Amino acid sequence: MGEILLQINNISVVYSDVIQVLKGVSLSVEKGHIVSLLGSNGAGKTTTLKAISGLLKPENGEVTDGSIIYENKNIQNQSPEYITRQGIIQVLEGRQPFKYLTIEENLRVGTATRIGKPYKQDLELVYNYFPALVARRKSLAGYCSGGELQMLVIGRALMAHPQLLMLDEPSLGLAPLVVKEIFNIIKKINEEHDTTIILVEQNANMALQVAHYGYVMENGKIVMEGTAKELSENPDVKEFYLGMAASGVAKSYKDVKSYRRRKRWL
Amino acid sequence: MDFFLQLLVNGVCVGLLYGISAMGFVMIFKSSSVLNFAHGELLALGAFFFLALITWVKLPILIAFILTLIGCFILGFIIERFFLRPLIGEKLIFVIMLTVGLAAMFKGFILLIWGGNLHTYPEFLPETMSLQWGSIYIAPVYTATLVISVLFLVLFGLFFKKSSQGIYMRSVADNQKAALSLGVHVRRVFALSWAIAALVASMSGIVLGIINGVNVHDLSSIGLKVFPVVILGGLDSIGGAIIGGIIIGLLETFTGGYLSPSLRDVVPYIVLVFILLIKPYGLFGLVEIERV
Repeated sequence: MGEILLQINNISVVYSDVIQVLKGVSLSVEKGHIVSLLGSNGAGKTTTLKAISGLLKPENGEVTDGSIIYENKNIQNQSPEYITRQGIIQVLEGRQPFKYLTIEENLRVGTATRIGKPYKQDLELVYNYFPALVARRKSLAGYCSGGELQMLVIGRALMAHPQLLMLDEPSLGLAPLVVKEIFNIIKKINEEHDTTIILVEQNANMALQVAHYGYVMENGKIVMEGTAKELSENPDVKEFYLGMAASGVAKSYKDVKSYRRRKRWL
Repeated sequence: MDFFLQLLVNGVCVGLLYGISAMGFVMIFKSSSVLNFAHGELLALGAFFFLALITWVKLPILIAFILTLIGCFILGFIIERFFLRPLIGEKLIFVIMLTVGLAAMFKGFILLIWGGNLHTYPEFLPETMSLQWGSIYIAPVYTATLVISVLFLVLFGLFFKKSSQGIYMRSVADNQKAALSLGVHVRRVFALSWAIAALVASMSGIVLGIINGVNVHDLSSIGLKVFPVVILGGLDSIGGAIIGGIIIGLLETFTGGYLSPSLRDVVPYIVLVFILLIKPYGLFGLVEIERV
């Protein structure tokens, strides 16, 4: 096994001092890997990301137990300003552009963590990955399409030269072809820059195609883990996240006994 | 016709001054959605600080002016650090009430040291700064106002459009969560916006002090005049603040010149109501971009 970049040991996260969302989550991310985090809505995937990036704090959340170790440093409950400067950048769910800034200005905000705020060279790099943005560089982000915005927010994160990039549902609400394009680029970023990536997805099929390793979350816990290949061959994962019957063929509505199989970890 | 032109010129000059005073107010609102009720007092503080430097310390005018600007810039930082930062995350209404408290505190401080009387700056603007076109006369103060406001507009335009810090400030105003996720120092942005606001306020305080004399009650009431200006221009538009200021300035001087001087404070508000009926976000306020 390679070098571990991020190690989460048994963390609990509580919002507003009462609502416990994560109940002992442990995971480790190997340097240079794409690790995907799967699970249904409300499983705690986004909260896990926010616990890492420090964005829990503004939402009144806190890591109450366990530790998050990044490059041998304890980073739980640190401020987002500190964590982003360690090279961890989270791309928020649901595309959060700066609507009244142009595409190019949006990208420039990505350099906030870097010394001297150099941006000219990196703009070229981002435009190389996302040629669709070049034509729109002077227009307000608020008027761009969903696909362009997803490219924009990933590009914006790249401007920070992240070591660990965390993507929260990049496929949300995008056409299948665009999703494919985005995932190809995610893979390319990982290969060309050796950027470690944590990928939170509902689209388990796509996520397991690009990831090296995966975790499945349910109810604030990790319930399963394995290499992408192991997971995509696991009958439970197939049934509940890939939309296939246990036998491997696509699930059909004719199959009346669709609830015969239960998630045995619930 | 000459009378009309003279009023027009005066109106634009007064209006620019209102516009500049409003700029600082807009800046704070834009970055942190706080309505700063202490704006008039910041203006007054700047004016009195300048007064102290030229009458007590007897510094040369230019140095005193620059020192005042720097001092108020630092003051803005201090206000943010000690009064506003502890309230980050609290309800907005608490923060707004805090600015009301700050206003009372600053006013009390000025009254304690300088009293409520009218002070004047010594004459220092040379008569050569006045402009004369035919029968239209622009007093030296107004020439200075014109130059300073255009200069500041250009500087702020460049700052917000080109510099990294300016773009970060706009990004925080736009989407605070996203800015935080990219590592923008949001607290630093708040502090900077207070510092710039205090700087701009002190500058307009000085100019107003040259025109009307330095009196704490007059200067702090300008803080209220800022409201029609910014609401007219749109609460979150810096350009709008300037245009709003010019409109209010023109309305005031024309009403004062043609109707009656006693109406000059009322008519701007009446026009304001009508404009808001047609454009509820103000003339240049952001209309929310909605994507469905």
